Amino acid sequence: MSLALDGLTILTVSAGAFFFLAGTVGLLRFPDALSRLHALTKADNLGLGLVVLGLLFQVEGPFAALKLISVWLLTLLAGATVTQLIARAARPGGSPV
Amino acid sequence: MAARDTFAAVVSFVAYGLLLALVWVRLAAPDVALTEAAIGSGVTGGLLLAASTRLRRTETPAAREKPGATLRLAAAILCTLASAGLAAIVLLLPEPAPTLAPQAAANLAATGLGNPVTAVLMAYRAIDTLLETVVLLLALVGTWSLAPDRFWGGSPGPRHHADPDGVLTFVAQLLVPIGILVGIHIFWVGSVAPGGEFQGATILAAMWILAMMAGLVGAPSVSRRWLRLVLVAGPAVFISIGLAGFAMASAFLAYPESHPKLLILTIEVPVTLSIATTLALLVAGPPERGAQQ
Repeated sequence: MSLALDGLTILTVSAGAFFFLAGTVGLLRFPDALSRLHALTKADNLGLGLVVLGLLFQVEGPFAALKLISVWLLTLLAGATVTQLIARAARPGGSPV
Repeated sequence: MAARDTFAAVVSFVAYGLLLALVWVRLAAPDVALTEAAIGSGVTGGLLLAASTRLRRTETPAAREKPGATLRLAAAILCTLASAGLAAIVLLLPEPAPTLAPQAAANLAATGLGNPVTAVLMAYRAIDTLLETVVLLLALVGTWSLAPDRFWGGSPGPRHHADPDGVLTFVAQLLVPIGILVGIHIFWVGSVAPGGEFQGATILAAMWILAMMAGLVGAPSVSRRWLRLVLVAGPAVFISIGLAGFAMASAFLAYPESHPKLLILTIEVPVTLSIATTLALLVAGPPERGAQQ
């Protein structure tokens, strides 16, 4: 049982790491700020979700699982907000004041 | 391109602080990791960003002065010497390395705490924590002294107007209650698990800064009496309990045998509030508006 859980953890965390890699490649290779932001938010948040999912198989007790999920949700919130703010400032027409 | 250099440096500083926090976790020091992530890269990063914004006008003339080759060579030699010295010290440490950790853990029951780091901060070396709070207060007074004369006693920072449909307003309304809960939890749990007053106070300060930036609350004018009372309450309670140590035990900041934890808690609550206020006002900066605006 624990072997299966460990295998699942390795699988999902590796998938999450792959998505982080994809997001970083997008950050380095995309032409302008807006598309780079797009790559970062989509790929990195999915990567973090997969990493958190993989770690959920390893925790003891529902409390630690809730903490992990709330970390993921808070990161989503912070990431979405900061992306919006940066995108408004980085628009070709300038930020709407 | 020249204007990006200071900004890039500050961003690298914040990222480096987060990497360092991971290193601390790997070294089994979660309290230090929390403090590094919160104060070392969080609050200090915010301060440096604000400073780099104010320095934007001096970016171009500063970029034109380039250090000469001799200066760079001297800097390289000094850095190499410092790194070699640190490497030598680390490699030549005696085995086992001298440490007071066993004694700190052995006397933990006498302090009534469950976290040896908090015991060191609040019981064994409480004088250092007291001096830290006073140093933060002095830093804040120093920041306030940078205000122009006509704004002395005014409100820090530009006036932020809350955009009711804005992203920042939404996130502030959602995140600030959660952040306050998390901050109070991290402060409270510091007596038995990694956490403590500095980390919790930084989270509370960050929530106040977020609310100020979103325009939900206005930055208070620095001449307000309640603000100044909150700022000095922490160090004042700390010093008075320290002086009471002469009467109760036999030394400055000595706790009596019974209920040491109650005294520690009495110190920690005002100190947390003071530090939260100090850090938030440090990031807000020197007063830039008159008190009535």
